[in-house]
Amino acid sequence: MANSENARISSAGSLKNLIKNQCFIPIAALLLLAVFNLIADPSFFKITLGYNSTGNPVLSGFLIDILNNGSELAILAIGMTLVTAASGGQDISVGAAIAIAGSVVLRVLCGRDTRPETLQAPIIVAFLVACVVAMLFGAFNGVLVAYFKIQPMIATLILYTAGRSIAAWINNNELPVISDPKFAYFGGFIPGIPIPTPVFIAIACMIVIGIVLKVTNLRLYTQAVGINQSSSKLNGLNPELIKVMAFVILGLCVAVVGLIKVSRISSINYSVIAKDIEMDAILAVALGGNALSGGKFNMAASIIGAYVIQCLTTTLYKFGVPANSLPAYKAVVVILLVVVSAPTVREYVSTLTKKLKLSKEVA
Amino acid sequence: MEGNVVLKMRNIHKIFPGVHALQGVDFTLRKGEIHALMGENGAGKSTLIKVLTGVYGKEDGDIFLDGTEGAVAIHSPQDAQNMGISTVYQEITLCPNLTVAENMFIGRTSGAVQNWKKMNADTEKILQSLQIPARATQQLETCSLAVQQMIAIARAVDMECKVLILDEPTSSLDEQEVEKLFKLMRDLRAKGVGIIFVTHFLEQVYEVCDRITVMRDGKLVGEYEIEKLPRVQLVSKMLGKEVDDLSDIKGEVKTFDAGKDAVPVLEAEGLVSNAGIKPFNFHINKGEVNGFTGLLGSGRSECVRAIFGADRVTGGKVKMKGRDVKIAKPLDAMKNGIAYLPEDRKVDGIVGDLSVRDNIILAQQVLKGFFKPFSKAEANKVADEYIKLLNIKTASKDTPIKSLSGGNQQKVILARWLFTHPEYLILDEPTRGIDVGTKVDIQKLVLKLASEGMSVTFISSELDEMLRTCSRLIVMRDRKAVGELTGDDLNQGTVMSTIAGGDK
Repeated sequence: MANSENARISSAGSLKNLIKNQCFIPIAALLLLAVFNLIADPSFFKITLGYNSTGNPVLSGFLIDILNNGSELAILAIGMTLVTAASGGQDISVGAAIAIAGSVVLRVLCGRDTRPETLQAPIIVAFLVACVVAMLFGAFNGVLVAYFKIQPMIATLILYTAGRSIAAWINNNELPVISDPKFAYFGGFIPGIPIPTPVFIAIACMIVIGIVLKVTNLRLYTQAVGINQSSSKLNGLNPELIKVMAFVILGLCVAVVGLIKVSRISSINYSVIAKDIEMDAILAVALGGNALSGGKFNMAASIIGAYVIQCLTTTLYKFGVPANSLPAYKAVVVILLVVVSAPTVREYVSTLTKKLKLSKEVA
Repeated sequence: MEGNVVLKMRNIHKIFPGVHALQGVDFTLRKGEIHALMGENGAGKSTLIKVLTGVYGKEDGDIFLDGTEGAVAIHSPQDAQNMGISTVYQEITLCPNLTVAENMFIGRTSGAVQNWKKMNADTEKILQSLQIPARATQQLETCSLAVQQMIAIARAVDMECKVLILDEPTSSLDEQEVEKLFKLMRDLRAKGVGIIFVTHFLEQVYEVCDRITVMRDGKLVGEYEIEKLPRVQLVSKMLGKEVDDLSDIKGEVKTFDAGKDAVPVLEAEGLVSNAGIKPFNFHINKGEVNGFTGLLGSGRSECVRAIFGADRVTGGKVKMKGRDVKIAKPLDAMKNGIAYLPEDRKVDGIVGDLSVRDNIILAQQVLKGFFKPFSKAEANKVADEYIKLLNIKTASKDTPIKSLSGGNQQKVILARWLFTHPEYLILDEPTRGIDVGTKVDIQKLVLKLASEGMSVTFISSELDEMLRTCSRLIVMRDRKAVGELTGDDLNQGTVMSTIAGGDK
């Protein structure tokens, strides 16, 4: 009986499975935006090969723009998903932490001079120092959350408030500028390659997290701790350590984003860099259909969610929405997406379809 | 409708994907009776209750209520409540941080203005009339569990319910509290309320109920008056086979012989934890089944939690097979071959949203290490193996464990620990809230494992279950080990008098 049952489910259920898949909502949102753009103005999809001021071949167009500018958000979504799953809360300090990481990168590269002729240290060293600093700040958040049992949003509020001043203090409140063109590769183009470098960095991050989730128990441990801490403990896990680990991984993501951000402009603006990006990162996790109260997570869905947000932003820009009224427009669409992907709504829809199917069968 | 019938359910059908959960069930409840609804896990008791209270819709069948012409349609719990059907669940669903009065009236007041004085006075009146020992202005969480349960019932009664459903109300109460609850139930019966009582405790059924309806596999077995259905028959009807008594299963398996001068598998001296127990000594031999017994709160669980390192160990020495070991946290214990099935399945046992498969492999996976995950194929194989071995009823191994019935959840947790191949298995209340059939399965399994050389410590609130399985009992009183019983001393009388203490 079980066999025939399964067969019936699988034959009738391929569409249902697709809808049930957590990636369905963000992908559907992406497609919807694509269709909207296609109808409104097909030039949205145009990609042109041109040359930039240094004479390198570069691809340009709105699609490239989405992939390029969505990189930071996609990378952050990785860390934010883990933090959400393990701690059942969100880190709102990532924007400020990015300012710190970016500031560290610049400080190491510049040394004592704010506008050095040559780099005072290899870029890789600057990046590694930034990684260590960002991971330490992540660990700080994690310890507050895991060991002192402070609500994640409150715990990270500390760094959210203080982070940008710390970032400014690292460079003695000056605005260093890097003139070495090599530094601009990370946020721009590598000569000869027409695709923006952040895209490659984001892909690399996705591959790394993919491999980590495959060859370690990160997924199982994080989910177990997020779902039932007490039970995880009795199964030999160390819930506190796992929460701290999630925050440290997010710290690593922050360092990578920090590097991209300062490389884009070869400088830093402490109060504007990565502003409000934490909210977009949290939104990406939510759009991916992940419960913000922690537990089970779907990494791919979060990442796609990040690109949905970027796609939305770019679309709005394209239609001439002024930068300062952008958030209001965005909010409308976001409300729609979040409501549609809310578990209660999904449940309601699935019972509705079941009823429809039932009535069809009866008829 | 006949004079004294308040509720009649006829030919109820309920279909879940792949399961015909209720197949033409009838149920009749009369005025002023306590009616037990019995059946094993998965028999359809909860489904029937949920159809009645509007949580689930039904595919077919009719529900008739006293005072209403024709069949009624119940679409939501709110509907049910308005028609006078109230439910009190196993877990208390009130708000612990509100006062008793607020809990009594929450969600029932209309309008924005609330007359607090009147509300408190009304509550006080209700509490008095039902003789519930609580004050209206007291915060709910300061009341004992039993009193909270009673307040939930009082709330239901005050909404003028004709049908009161009590779903496993006694499972977290101790004996005295149960007694209080029963008194309240009898009072309500005298007032003409029809009570449906769902429970696993046979004794309680025979103490308060007037009538029993038995279900099995989604079908009605029959309705009986309590005097006409002896216990053994009830059990046999629930299990659907002639049971040759829940007899002496100890005789069926031979005991493991460790030899005379064998070193104990585990030996603890002066072990004490921060959970408030007095230091205790403990040892267990290879192939032995022993147990901690005592009243609720006597420190039974705290002792085994100290052994497993679940609470912070503050003193004492532990030896395993003569070798000194340090067990500071659960992982240390696991590495030394100890497994612990915790008392509270929901809080400490299951990882609700994870699949049955992940729940089975969890402990062994943690032992194996962060960088060595089981492959999907390995995990599936293990899951299949244990689902078959322990006869776990689940739709698939990908099903989240929280959607399984209590007994099957417990089997999954048991599978988790068996998969770590422990030398010493601690089972704390493994049979609580589980149907009779699974209970016997677990008891048999314990004895079988012991006969193969595993050492087992078994804790249960049900004394006869302990007497059936254990060959040595450590008696706890007031968080202190006060006695150890073996051989001929293992009988109800001696154990009770040791628990009670004083002159024998």
